[in-house]
Amino acid sequence: MADNLGTSPDEVQFRFRDDEAVDHGTVTVDACCDQTNAAAVRIEPGDDARLLLPFLDRLALVEVNFPSFGDGRGYSAARILREAGYTGELRAVGQVLIDQLSHMRRCGFDSFAPDKRLDEEDARRAFATWDNVYQRAADARRTIADKRHEA
Amino acid sequence: MYQYDQYDQAMVDARVEEFRDQARRRLEGKLTEDQFKPLRLMNGLYLQLHAYMLRVAIPYGTLNARQMEALADIAEKYDRGYGHFTTRQNIQYNWIKLEDAADILADLARVEMHAIQTSGNCIRNISADHFAGAAADEVVDPRPYAELMRQWSSFHPEFTYLPRKFKIAVIGSETDRAAMRLHDIGIRIVKRDGEVGAQFYAGGGMGRTPMIAPLIRDFVPLDQLITYAEACLRVYNRYGRRDNKYKARIKILVHELGAAEYTRQVEEEFAHMLSVGVEPPLEELARIAAHFADPAFVEGPKTLDRSDPDFALWVDRNTHRHKHDAYVSAVISLKPAGGIPGDATADQMRLMARLAKQYSFDELRVMHTQNVLLPHVRIADLHALWTALDEAGLGSPNMDTIEDIIACPGLDYCSLANARSIPLAQRISERFAQTGRTEVIGELKLKISGCINACGHHHAGHIGILGVDKKGTENYQLSLGGSEAEDVSLAKITGPGFDEDGVIAAVEKVTDVYLEARAEGERFLDTYRRIGMEPFKEALYG
Repeated sequence: MADNLGTSPDEVQFRFRDDEAVDHGTVTVDACCDQTNAAAVRIEPGDDARLLLPFLDRLALVEVNFPSFGDGRGYSAARILREAGYTGELRAVGQVLIDQLSHMRRCGFDSFAPDKRLDEEDARRAFATWDNVYQRAADARRTIADKRHEA
Repeated sequence: MYQYDQYDQAMVDARVEEFRDQARRRLEGKLTEDQFKPLRLMNGLYLQLHAYMLRVAIPYGTLNARQMEALADIAEKYDRGYGHFTTRQNIQYNWIKLEDAADILADLARVEMHAIQTSGNCIRNISADHFAGAAADEVVDPRPYAELMRQWSSFHPEFTYLPRKFKIAVIGSETDRAAMRLHDIGIRIVKRDGEVGAQFYAGGGMGRTPMIAPLIRDFVPLDQLITYAEACLRVYNRYGRRDNKYKARIKILVHELGAAEYTRQVEEEFAHMLSVGVEPPLEELARIAAHFADPAFVEGPKTLDRSDPDFALWVDRNTHRHKHDAYVSAVISLKPAGGIPGDATADQMRLMARLAKQYSFDELRVMHTQNVLLPHVRIADLHALWTALDEAGLGSPNMDTIEDIIACPGLDYCSLANARSIPLAQRISERFAQTGRTEVIGELKLKISGCINACGHHHAGHIGILGVDKKGTENYQLSLGGSEAEDVSLAKITGPGFDEDGVIAAVEKVTDVYLEARAEGERFLDTYRRIGMEPFKEALYG
């Protein structure tokens, strides 16, 4: 049931965007590929995020579900979408915990709807854990190596 | 050797604070044990049989005297006065209190050390040839590439919740002293027509399903090294099995897909990633490489006085040819007959640190064989070095002999073990030292694991011993013919297992067969490969 899927804007605890949140349900990756009008989709861990690449223009919201925080496939899904130029909302949902926030942010997530609300202060600290980063990722932050060799 | 700059230091300091905060939230009940477990594991903290164990990373096994002294201080301050050097060139402390962990990490950070990613389903500490930068046969020094990969893999945002742990080894010689092809990714830095690049092997491993990594790319240009590694990891992160933790390592993915198909997927991802641009600037590699410039070698005598037979034996056994002919690399054996393989007391660590300062340009290496190496020792200083080591019980002349046993912690410490490894190693080394057969036999690599997870590398032993639980009693399976070196092979089981006394007798029988059958110049492994399993079986079970 497509309309049972997805989180509502009320469930989003952290959002790093200025645009209006999409206020309708998401569809599965399969349904998104079959339908021509879906603007919101939800990726499960086993889904191939690349199936969505032909439809990125019409997508305003992609939810990536983490049924278990130890299943890290969603991090790759997020980066793949950002690498392909997706600029819409990328929302981490499910078992989203404090200690995953900074990595998720680096992989391109810009909204977070944890299934259990997180302590605001702990989360604020978690988002700010790393002043510097070693790797290039979806957030386009300048890396330590870049800074070492800047002209 | 590599030294942190302000950025490296800040990253390690930030990690200490992050862990302190995680431990606080665990104590406040904001984190469940299930949620806390992967976090403490990624900081090297395991819950073992009797206490917490802390595994400290020693990137590619390299450390200086100050760092070794800090390890000694930690052993005394927080543990029982000793530490255990591991097959992945790290050190483990076996008697740690959870409440001390953050303070220990802070002590480590003060000497540019950490325990980051020494456990957990992430990219683990990068290992390398322990003779890097010293060996006469080296083609390219692998350490700059290992350090580049250390930085790339530290806190990698995409690869922190992989299907399973991920181990990378880097070498730069034809000779393999790092068990490179038994890693998830093995990299050999090579030179082709004057150009340096990386050969990639993927999908090797030991554990319950040992596999030798196939070659997946013969030459990755240096300015694409990280990009290629990233592609390998992404394919694994997306498609590695997560339904069964025993089938979750990359070796199973590579095996199930076939090396050709895995390679195809990596190449496709690689082509894509080249367009994204994830490679660090090449100047970074040059910056790192400058840290690994040769120390100021000086000319000196190339021969020594061999009139003391004990000294001469140690020199023959425990030194390795150096690229500068007035130097050698000297192995400090942590395998005294009857001792615990890889253990060192705080005092021994301090002595090794002092000797490194005095004789080896302030540098030590932890070897995957659980010994410690002084990489650059003047031949002129060897006698003085040996004298100091011998006085401290660190002068056993047994590198690569049957006394140089690799053993996992086993049932004495480990919550996964089925059988004890350490007492068996102690008895075997004692026995062969007493009978004087060690020297007669020559090179023979014996490796003992206390369960099928194979931390003692028994699959790669010329002789391997695997401890299993047989109806409540310890039972030991014997296997023959493994090698972790460039002639890599997996050992084969001889037949039914033995009890503890029985397996010691079996090892002796197997060496009898070898001594009887060996041809001129053959090692145990060579003889086994020539005559096959049958004569050994016959002696054991006939």
